[in-house]
Parts: sequence; C-alpha cells; structure tokens
Amino acid sequence: MKEINVNELQTLLNSFANKDVFIHLETTNGSYASHYDEKFFNAGAFIRNVKIRYELGKVVGESPHRVGLKMEHGWVYAQGITHYQSDEQGRLLMAGLDYTGKLAVALEISETPFSY
Amino acid sequence: MTLQPERHVLVIFPHPDDEAFSSAGTIRLYRNMGVPVTYACLTLGEMGRNLGNPPFATRESLPEIRRKELIAACEAMGIEDLRMMGLRDKTVEFEDDEKMVNLVTDLISELNPSLIITFYPGFAVHPDHEATGRAVMEAVRRIPKEARPRIYAVGFANNTMAKLGVPTIVHDVSSVRKEKEAALRAHSSQTGWMMQETKHRTEEETTKLDSWFNVESYYLYSFED
Repeated sequence: MKEINVNELQTLLNSFANKDVFIHLETTNGSYASHYDEKFFNAGAFIRNVKIRYELGKVVGESPHRVGLKMEHGWVYAQGITHYQSDEQGRLLMAGLDYTGKLAVALEISETPFSY
Repeated sequence: MTLQPERHVLVIFPHPDDEAFSSAGTIRLYRNMGVPVTYACLTLGEMGRNLGNPPFATRESLPEIRRKELIAACEAMGIEDLRMMGLRDKTVEFEDDEKMVNLVTDLISELNPSLIITFYPGFAVHPDHEATGRAVMEAVRRIPKEARPRIYAVGFANNTMAKLGVPTIVHDVSSVRKEKEAALRAHSSQTGWMMQETKHRTEEETTKLDSWFNVESYYLYSFED
C-alpha cells in the first residue's frame, strides 16, 4: 500500500461503481486498548463479504481522507484512510494506518468475495 | 521449578505469537526432554493491526505472512505437530460454543495429552483468548476427574494477581532464552517493535522484556468437581 493519491484513488473508486461488489469494512482500536488504559472505551465494527452496489464513490479531504459510497438506499463511509493499493487480484484495498503503523480502519472493494 | 516429564503436551492458543510470548521457553524445554508437543493454533491472526508505516502488508496479505511466521516460530521451539485450525481472528467467541468444545475434545481424544497449556478464562484480556480458554476448560471438565489432563493456564489481565495470587507454576527458561528470542523474532510482523535494538529502551521496558525472556508463569487450573 502507498499513501493516498486522490486522483488515482478516485479513478479506482469510479471503476467499481454500478457493479455488484463485495466489501470489507473495519474499524478497530485493537483488543488490548482497555487493557493498557482501563478508562478507554473500546469500540469497533467489522463487516466482510457483504455484496453492495454503489452509484457514486468519492474520496475527499487531506490525509487522513474520507471515502464514501452512495448506494440506492444508503451509504457506506470510512474516515481516516491514509493508504491504498489495487492488489494483484484487482481488489481495491484502503486502510487508515496510525502514526505507529497500526491499522485503525479498512475499507476494501472487490468484484469477487474475499477469503473467509 | 523443574519440568516434570509429560506424556504429551497440547498447546492451544488462538493467535500465532500467543505461544511464543507465553510459552516458547517451556515448549522448547519439553521438546529438549523429548516430550511430544502439539500446537493447535486456532486462527492466523488475520486481524493483526500492525501493518507498518510505511506498510509491509495489507489486511489481505497478512494471514499468509503470519502463517509463515508461525511455521518458523514452531521450528525455533521444536514443535513438529502444528495444527492450524482455520478459524478467523476475533470471531472465536462468536462460534458455536459446542463446536468449540468439540474441537478441543477431538484433539484431546486423539492426542491423550497429560498437560494442556492455554489461557485462563476471566484473566486472558482478548476475547479470542477468553473463548479459547472457556472451550478448553469445558472440554476438560467433561472428562472423568481421574482421566483429566493437567492444565497450565496463562493469565495476564491487570487484576490477575489480585484475584488469583502469584502464579503457581513458574518456569525458569533462561537456559533456552536464545530459542525463545528466535521464536519471538520469527513473529516479526507482531514483535518487530520489541525485538529492535536495545539501546532505546527504558529501564522499565528492559526489565519487562527480561522477565518475558527468562520466566514463564502459569496457574494450575482446578475444577470444583
């Protein structure tokens, strides 16, 4: 993955529009956050291999970026996106890596299902 | 504390590296004694957060990286029977409870271990650790008392000492420190930060690492019935 190039990422987002695609969306503080800081309220969400179709995908802002997908009946978005890659299987992998290199958010789009 | 000979040691943890942090020295000592050790690793740590910045991995490439690290770590520990159980990181607690118990029961039936090393439920911090420990304890509880393997349980929640007291099983693993370090180094996607040059470490960090490298502690798990 490399740092976000807005034009390039926008082109990739456009290429998946109006197609049935599988997404992986994840936000996390890590399972140890409340272990190291007992006052930390640990929350996160994870969804993988859900099929959606979006009509408009947009990357916005300075890094860390926001990426939003507008669907017929709703929305998908992620904030804190810093890196991306179109992998060897043609999947669009986006991630938000914090200053120590730990993943805080991921949004991935693929025309074929991700592994288990 | 000197390790006693065992018929077979079954190690059950959910993530590649759980075994290295908690037990690499103990496992290496058992292997040096000729005791067979099986490691059932439930997931490939697919949800590991450390991808680096600049990144060395993606969410999708991490599992294969960690699978290779796990194999290399097992070589360092001398584990010849590694079972990758195919569950997904952070989903273990959401699997069917009975399926999890059966997974453990099947391993016990096949291997007839005299000792199991796993996490202490209630004191294991990570939800996957807790679910693993719960499944193991329930599987062993269902075995007739006289036939049960002993269980060395790892607890490291902040309240562990307050609730359970000092660990009852303490292994000096300093004689195999090099092998433990090699196992930890093998999990480099997870341990790079701690295996780096020592010169930047604080005294507190050095003390903590030294205890990780030289001592492995467990609670002998006991059942009420």
